[in-house]
Amino acid sequence: MQYVDEFRDPELAKTLLSHIRHKVSAIAKASERPLQLMEVCGGHTHAIYKFGIDQLLPPEIEFVHGPGCPVCVLPMGRIDGCIEIAERPEVIFCTYGDAMRVPGRNGSLLDAKRRGADVRIVYSPLDTLTFAEQNPDKQVVFFGLGFETTMPSTALTLQQAKRRGLTNFSIFCQHITIIPTLRSLLEQPDVRIDGFLAPGHVSMVIGTTPYGFIAEDFHKPLVVTGFEPLDILQALAMLVDQIHDGRCEVENQYKRIVSQQGNALARKALDEVFELKESSEWRGLGSIAGSGVQLTPAYREFDAELRFNTQEHQVADDPQARCGDVLTGRCKPNDCPLFGTRCTPQNAFGALMVSSEGACAAYYQYRRGLA
Amino acid sequence: MCLGVPGQIVAVGEDIHQLAQVDVCGVKRDVNIALICEGEPAELVGQWVLVHVGFAMSIIDEEEAQATLEALMAMSVLEHEVGDFLGINAGADDAVR
Repeated sequence: MQYVDEFRDPELAKTLLSHIRHKVSAIAKASERPLQLMEVCGGHTHAIYKFGIDQLLPPEIEFVHGPGCPVCVLPMGRIDGCIEIAERPEVIFCTYGDAMRVPGRNGSLLDAKRRGADVRIVYSPLDTLTFAEQNPDKQVVFFGLGFETTMPSTALTLQQAKRRGLTNFSIFCQHITIIPTLRSLLEQPDVRIDGFLAPGHVSMVIGTTPYGFIAEDFHKPLVVTGFEPLDILQALAMLVDQIHDGRCEVENQYKRIVSQQGNALARKALDEVFELKESSEWRGLGSIAGSGVQLTPAYREFDAELRFNTQEHQVADDPQARCGDVLTGRCKPNDCPLFGTRCTPQNAFGALMVSSEGACAAYYQYRRGLA
Repeated sequence: MCLGVPGQIVAVGEDIHQLAQVDVCGVKRDVNIALICEGEPAELVGQWVLVHVGFAMSIIDEEEAQATLEALMAMSVLEHEVGDFLGINAGADDAVR
């Protein structure tokens, strides 16, 4: 079993689509407005457009592209902080590839590389430990970016760095956490979301239990969802079933990967290495309390910002860019005045256009002619 | 950034700090198994896992994967039968019967 081909069976997709259409038409009779369903994760956004799922669905379903792409919600000031460190002559700065082109006030990490900084793309944070061991006269810094999916890998890398006694390794920590962000979103009075497709791989780490408050306190249905076309269609069918029946529950479509309790080994590593920060800034969404992490005292020696004593960079979002409104469902990507003009994948202004998982990039790539 | 790829563990080291070899679409990659190994690494050989940024993050539950597909197929069959009952499926298929 390859776990890919089977979940792309077009016949089964047809059945699911017919089920969704049937249920949605029954819901639509009782409601005057389309359903707004938020896919929290950028991986889902990308899959929905790549497989054309949005065009197969009835017009009574609208997608809202949520804040679950770490590159998209990365504030400019944090990129400026990375560049401040990366441009030091003794530093080898390592990052996942999708953060390379995010613009800061003084350009992107790619621009810094063009100016001569030693910026390297890594596939795995473990690669950075090898660089540190091979370059004892250099300081190797890893840009730890992402939600709970990438956080355990950073945590294990830090545990190994400590075990190996590396003194020339540190991380620039931009890890963020999804639950406080979803709560903050639901607390905004003018955000109208009828249900959630919850991120599959964040949930693989945290489990399904932490989403309970969405159903209990905010009375919204939620389905944890995988990334293949049938996963997304089945999850949509489960969501519209809940809405049709008037239920608000946390359901799990992605049981082959996600359990109720998540990955206990990963959570243990997270607890050892990270602690919650008072508040963190998000691009387009402002500051959200308890939504980011910093290193625990036992690991603070590996904090690049402390090691290099960097300045705190704060850059206000450009009022013309509507990144925040797209992330909260207040508008579609092509409603932004910069979409496709000042902001394109080749020359992105907003981060939603930089990452291939960003809503604007997905719209640009797959929907431009149709928008 | 948050997607993973399925692969099958084909070789392991003696303890969890040694990298395991995972076959991902025919390419062998070295992968850390500390996040999925609760017993002996050798017990993991042959298991399917989800690999993300050099780490095996989750063992893929083959029974659950199969159960999901079977539920979808049962739904498909039911849909067709209901269609037959309502006369929706009349067409080329029925002409052959």
